[in-house]
Amino acid sequence: MQTKDINENLAWAQINKDVMRSMMNPRMAYWIAIIACIVMISCAVAAEIYQYNVGMGVADLNWPHMWDLYIATFIFWIGMSHSGTLLSAILHIIHADWRKPIYRFAEAMTTFSLMTAGIFPVIHIGRMWNMYWVLPYYSDRGIWPNFRSPLVWDAFAISTYLTSSALFLFIGMIPDLAICRDNTTGWRRKLYTLLSLGWRGDDRQWRNFRRTYLLMACFLIPLAVSVHSIVSSDFAMSIMPGWHVTSFPPYFVAGALYSGCAAIITLFICLRYFFRLEEYMTTAILVKTCKLTFAIAMVWTYLNLIEFASVWYGHNAVDKELLIAKFTGPYSPYFWMMLFCGSVVPFALAFEKLRTHLPTMMVVSLVLNLGMWIERWMIVTPTLSQGYHPFAFDVMWPSMVQWAIVFGSFGWFGLLFLIFVKVFPCVSMYEVKEMCYHRKREALGIGHGSVGGGAAGVVPASKSDLEGS
Amino acid sequence: MSLENILKDWSKYRRGHEEGGYHDYEHMWGMAIDLDKCTGCNACSVACYAENNLAVVGEEKFSKGQGMHWLRIERYWDEPDLGENRVNEYQIHGASFIPMNCQQCNAATCEPVCPVAATYHTPDGLNAQVYNRCIGSRYCSNNCPYRLRYFNFFSYYEESWPEPLQMQLNPDISVRDKGVMEKCTFCVQRIRKAKDDAAREGRRGPGAVNDGDLKTACQQSCATQAIVFGDLMDEDSAVSKAWKQHEVALGKASQNKINPDKRGYRVLEGLNTDPCVMFLERVREV
Repeated sequence: MQTKDINENLAWAQINKDVMRSMMNPRMAYWIAIIACIVMISCAVAAEIYQYNVGMGVADLNWPHMWDLYIATFIFWIGMSHSGTLLSAILHIIHADWRKPIYRFAEAMTTFSLMTAGIFPVIHIGRMWNMYWVLPYYSDRGIWPNFRSPLVWDAFAISTYLTSSALFLFIGMIPDLAICRDNTTGWRRKLYTLLSLGWRGDDRQWRNFRRTYLLMACFLIPLAVSVHSIVSSDFAMSIMPGWHVTSFPPYFVAGALYSGCAAIITLFICLRYFFRLEEYMTTAILVKTCKLTFAIAMVWTYLNLIEFASVWYGHNAVDKELLIAKFTGPYSPYFWMMLFCGSVVPFALAFEKLRTHLPTMMVVSLVLNLGMWIERWMIVTPTLSQGYHPFAFDVMWPSMVQWAIVFGSFGWFGLLFLIFVKVFPCVSMYEVKEMCYHRKREALGIGHGSVGGGAAGVVPASKSDLEGS
Repeated sequence: MSLENILKDWSKYRRGHEEGGYHDYEHMWGMAIDLDKCTGCNACSVACYAENNLAVVGEEKFSKGQGMHWLRIERYWDEPDLGENRVNEYQIHGASFIPMNCQQCNAATCEPVCPVAATYHTPDGLNAQVYNRCIGSRYCSNNCPYRLRYFNFFSYYEESWPEPLQMQLNPDISVRDKGVMEKCTFCVQRIRKAKDDAAREGRRGPGAVNDGDLKTACQQSCATQAIVFGDLMDEDSAVSKAWKQHEVALGKASQNKINPDKRGYRVLEGLNTDPCVMFLERVREV
C-alpha cells in the first residue's frame, strides 16, 4: 500500500505528460465501452418511443402505483450528483488537499448524473411535450406554475444545480485547459483555445480564478444540500404514510452523499486501472475516500433507525402498518436487501486489508450503490401499494419498459463520462502540482504554502513550469 | 393563479383553504350517501360511465389496475368465522358496499401538489381538474388518501368507442386523451347547465340554483335513492338537512356528536381533508 497521498517528488512535466496521455489514443477497451453504452441507450430509446406512442400504461404503471422506477431512479441519479460537490466544494473549503487528484472526475460525475436525472421527469410525465409548463415563463393568459408544488421547486432546484455545477466544473478546469491547449494540435487545440478563455497564468488571472472558485464553492454547498432536501420534499410534503416523514431531508442528503461516494470509489478504481494513474489515484487516497464513505454510511444507517423508531413510537396505526409491511410484506426481500447492502456491507470499508484491495472495493462500491438504488425504490413504491384506503392496497412489479429505460440511463451516464475522460483532463494537473509543492515544503519543514501570501504564492511564476511539458 | 393575484393578495393566497381560499363561495356542492340503502348494484357507476364519457378499458387493463371508474363500488367482506360453529362461513352479511367518488375535499391534498395548478378549487366548492392544463405528473393521485384519481394510461377512444359508438358520447364534456388525470366532477356539466338556466331566469350569485334543479348521473340512476346531492350552503336543501340531521359539519377534523347514534361520517376526515361527501353507516342487526 502507498502510505503517502502522493509522491511529492513527481516532476511537474511528468504530471502534464501522464494526464495528457490519459486523454489521447483511446484503446480497444474504450471503444468497446462506448459501443456498450450506445447499445444500452438504444434499448432505452426504443422503450421510450414505444411508451411515447402507446401511453404510460405500457410501463405497467397503474392505479394506485402512479410512480415507480422512473422516480426512484431519478432520485438515485440526483443523489449521485452530491458527492462531486462534497469533494470539490466542501473538502476544498476545509483544506483537505487529498481530494485534489480525484475531485475532477467526481465533479464531472455530478454534472453528468444531473443530466441523467433531468431526463427522468420528462420520461415520466404523461404529456412530456408540455413539460415547460412547470417553468414560470410569461404567458398571455397570466397562468403561472403552482408555486406550492414541490415539483416546481424541483424544477428550480435542479436547473440551478445543473447550471452551477457545470460552471464549477468548467471554471476549475480553465488552467488545465490552457495546458492542454499548449500541448495539442488540430481540433483539440482549437477547442482548448476557445475553452481556456485566454488563460496565461499571470498573477491577476490566478487571483481572480481563486476568488471565483472559492465563491462558487461557497455557493454550491448550500445549493447541494437544498437540492436533495427539495427532492425529499416531493415525499415529505405529501400526506401519505411512509412519505410524510420529517427526517426525510437529512435522510435524503445522507443517502445522496453515500451513493455518490460509492460511485466515486467505482470510478476511481476504473480510472486508476484503465488509465494507469496509480501515481495520482493512490491507495492512500482511496483509503481516505473509504473512511469518508463509511462515516456517511453510518449516518445513513442512523437516520434509518431514527425513521423506524419515530414511526414505531409515534404509534400512528397507518404508518406503523406500512412499516411492518415493509419488513414482512411483499416487498420485504428488497427491503432487507437494502438494509443489508446499505448498512452491513459498508463494514467492509472498516478493514484496512479490504479497503486497499481494489477488486474487493470495486464489488463493494457497486453493492453499496445497488443498495442505495433499492432504497429509493423502497421509498417510492410501498407507500403507493399501501396507503390510507384499504381498497387501494396492491402490489406491483415494473414492466420491461421501465427496466429498459432505467438500464439505458446507466448507458447515457457512461457515454457522457467516457467522452469526458477523453476530451478533458480527468485529473486536475495544476492542483496536483500544488499538492506536491505543499507536501515538499512540509517535508522540508517550511510550513504550509506561505510564500507570496496564500494562493498566488503556490503557483509557479514561470510559465514554462506550468504550461510546457 | 396569476402572479398578479399572488402579489396583490399574498396572505389570502397563502392561507388557502384553511380560512377559505374563497371567502365568497357561490355554492358548496355536497353529497350524502346512505350505505344502508346501497345495494351495490353498480347502476351509479354505469351511469357515470355513460354521462362522463369514461373509457371502457377492457378486462386485461382493468385487472392491471388501469380502469377509469370515477365512481367505484368498493366491496368489503367480513372475516369468515371458520370456528367450531361455522356460523359465518358464508359471510351471512355478504359484502358491505361503499360507493366512492371524488370526495371534493375543501382542503384537498391533490391541489397544492400539482406543479401546473391543473387541479384547483372553484368558487362552487368543487375540486376541479383542467384536462388541458394537466401535464400528467400524477402527483395528485399519489397524494389523494382515497385514491380517487384516475390516469389515462392509454388513448382509449378508438377501442372504447369504435364506429358508430362515438355517437353515444356526451357532447357536453370532452373525451380525454392519454397522459391526463381525471376524476369525478360532481357532473360539472349539469351544474353549469343549471346555473345557466338560473341566470336565464334572472337568478345569479349564491343560492341561484334551487334544490332539485339538478341531479348528478349517479343520483339519478340510484334505484334506492341512496345518493342525495345538493348545495350545502342552502340550508333548506335535502343534503344540508341530511348533514344537519346526522350532525356532520364541514370544516372539522372530527365531529364530536351530541348523539352518537347518528350515522353520518366522512371518510378519513381525521386527515383534515374536509371532504364534501357524507356517508351514513349501514345498520346491522348483529
